[in-house]
Amino acid sequence: MAKDEKVLSSTSNNMHESQKNQFELKWFLRKNIVPVFFFVLCVIGGYYSGLPLPFLLNEIITRMARNSFLVISLIIPVLAGMGLNFGIVLGAMAGQFAYVATVNWQMAGLTGFTTTALLSIPLAILFGWLTGILFNHTKGKEMITGIILGFFANGIYQLICLYFMGNIIPIKVPSMLIPGSIGLRNTLDIKPMQYALDNLLKIQVKIPGHVFPVSIPVATFLAILALCLFTHYIVKTKLGQEFRIVGQDMHVAEASGINVDRVRIIAVILSTILAGLGQVIFLQNLGNINTYGSHVQVGTFAVAAILIGGASVKKATVGQALLGTLLFHTLFIVSPLAGKNLVGDAMIGEYFRVFVTYGVIGVALALHAWQSLQEQRRIALLKADISGE
Amino acid sequence: MTSGDFNEHSLWQRIKEGVASFGVARSIILLFLIILLIAALILDLPMDQILSSMLSRFGMNGILVLAMIPTIRSGTGPNFGLPLGISCGLIAAVLSIELDLRGFQALFFAVGLGGALGAIAGYLYGLLLNKVKGQEMTVGTYFGFSIVSLMCIFWFLAPFKSPEMIWPYGGSGLRVTIALEGRFDKVLNNFLAFDVFGVTIPTGLLLFYGAFCLIVWLFMHSKTGVALSTVGESPRFAESCGLSIDRYRTIGSVVSQALGAVGIIVYAQTFGFLQLYMAPLFMAFFAVASILIGGATLNRATIWHATVGCFLFQSILVVSMPVANLIISENLAEVARIIISNGIILYALTRREIGGGA
Repeated sequence: MAKDEKVLSSTSNNMHESQKNQFELKWFLRKNIVPVFFFVLCVIGGYYSGLPLPFLLNEIITRMARNSFLVISLIIPVLAGMGLNFGIVLGAMAGQFAYVATVNWQMAGLTGFTTTALLSIPLAILFGWLTGILFNHTKGKEMITGIILGFFANGIYQLICLYFMGNIIPIKVPSMLIPGSIGLRNTLDIKPMQYALDNLLKIQVKIPGHVFPVSIPVATFLAILALCLFTHYIVKTKLGQEFRIVGQDMHVAEASGINVDRVRIIAVILSTILAGLGQVIFLQNLGNINTYGSHVQVGTFAVAAILIGGASVKKATVGQALLGTLLFHTLFIVSPLAGKNLVGDAMIGEYFRVFVTYGVIGVALALHAWQSLQEQRRIALLKADISGE
Repeated sequence: MTSGDFNEHSLWQRIKEGVASFGVARSIILLFLIILLIAALILDLPMDQILSSMLSRFGMNGILVLAMIPTIRSGTGPNFGLPLGISCGLIAAVLSIELDLRGFQALFFAVGLGGALGAIAGYLYGLLLNKVKGQEMTVGTYFGFSIVSLMCIFWFLAPFKSPEMIWPYGGSGLRVTIALEGRFDKVLNNFLAFDVFGVTIPTGLLLFYGAFCLIVWLFMHSKTGVALSTVGESPRFAESCGLSIDRYRTIGSVVSQALGAVGIIVYAQTFGFLQLYMAPLFMAFFAVASILIGGATLNRATIWHATVGCFLFQSILVVSMPVANLIISENLAEVARIIISNGIILYALTRREIGGGA
């Protein structure tokens, strides 16, 4: 149990000290340095962007509804000790394949959306299963494998969409295909299903002193809430406990009779399913699919968001996922305008945002690697006779 | 056992052994290349042009692939942070134009300055790598991405004046691609170039690549190079011999990034354009894939691996393009490139290495 707590506290090196000073401001800042930094960045950016508050609020709410699901889908693999699952790109692909099918069947509205969501699940299970098998062959290197797998799968995805669809895979709706050729068009229109979930229950909140009201897609947020509860309570189940034991020490888990490989595959499958559903929700809000682009950055953006929220490779919570989504996407909205107002060009803000996206992942991964190296050294010193690798 | 039996058996055995020693992945790639070449012959494609561009593309990418050797040998795995060195090379090349240098003078200035900048950057990168042992590939990938996006801001704000590099009217920052015509465009390719049956041999380019192979070979066989390999192969043994692991890992990074800087200049020289902004984003992956195709693993690599891998990978790209264009459509070659390069990296990741904790 002592070991349990050690791994759970993200800065495991001096737990004793941190418990002592728990309520001091300095401790709070050190513990939450990443979210605090990005909060300040967002406030500065928001100020210089000159955007009116209701507009900003509307944008933030839209993006929260759109992206939270995808970000939360990262939590379970972290729990199972597999790091940040860059392989959720495959889940996003499952969602997009499902849309291709429902658009092809000319479905619309909530029926279409529900069918798409249901259809994405078996595909995601298949992709997640394959990803899980691959991850079991590359233990300890799951993240780099996930990154490369995302690129590799993108190649296969392009192969299928460009050369198989309308050819081996029959497509009934001609407007989906490149005119006079085979393969899907660059943009897939899903207007009949747009806002199927968002508009199910929408409330408008009037802000005094402003003309435009803030609209909140309640149904979408309910879905996100359900996911939050699911992720929160799965930890308490037997399966959740198994995730945690495997996450802490694979050898201990193996010794206590847990089928480690199986548990890890289940974790990846769950993550992939959730990412698939997340992408389906994301796209119903957008109303069209960039066939060859919508999924590419899903992994990177979700990982950046959860890290900005203060998560690490070893620990991630629903709260961190939501906070990170909020901060990351606020930065998304304000940085081009802030860049334009500060330096005179919107591109600077855009480049800066891209830099922040990649940079935050790089720094977070580096910090994690550095911390675990320190931890290893400490253990090595304690044990004196380590025979690793 | 009759002798006939024995021969048949041993032939089959020898093929199997040959494939095994040549590497399964490499054999598949080679087979794929042969099929493509046969298809090209059947389709009556201009073979002299194809062979010419094979050689030229090989020399163009060669040094970028060589840059993988020092890091793999020093135990930090393939250098996914190569965009750092590439950016240094690009800065040097851009400066050579800004200073209005031409021809070999421009090329050697860029190579020299780029190499020096790359070495400095490589030193700093090496310090980072020492802090993140075991996660070099993941950290390196995102570090490389960050550098590319940070350099975007640099290209955008850098106060260069040369009219060849800035936008002709309005718009701030450097152009996305800068033509090297009249600068050092193809100076190596054209140096002592000659034709054999219509196939152009880019002598200068191949000699330059050969020179760098020699430099890397000499380095790897020097005292430092041997120590570096020892650190990579068995860190614990190296430590007990009194070698500083961190020091040799840093040296590996320095040499690798310097080679990366030189590599991109040679690349641009053959290509005829400098590509700035997001262009270097995925270059490391193709270099990594090349050396892995050549039979290298995540902790073992030789100049032979780099050379064979680069030649095979580039040849496939060169041949697949016209073949794919004729048979299906033009984008297929690009798709094949993505699948092959990332597939080979995934394959390498799944292989369990002896003593490989990376």
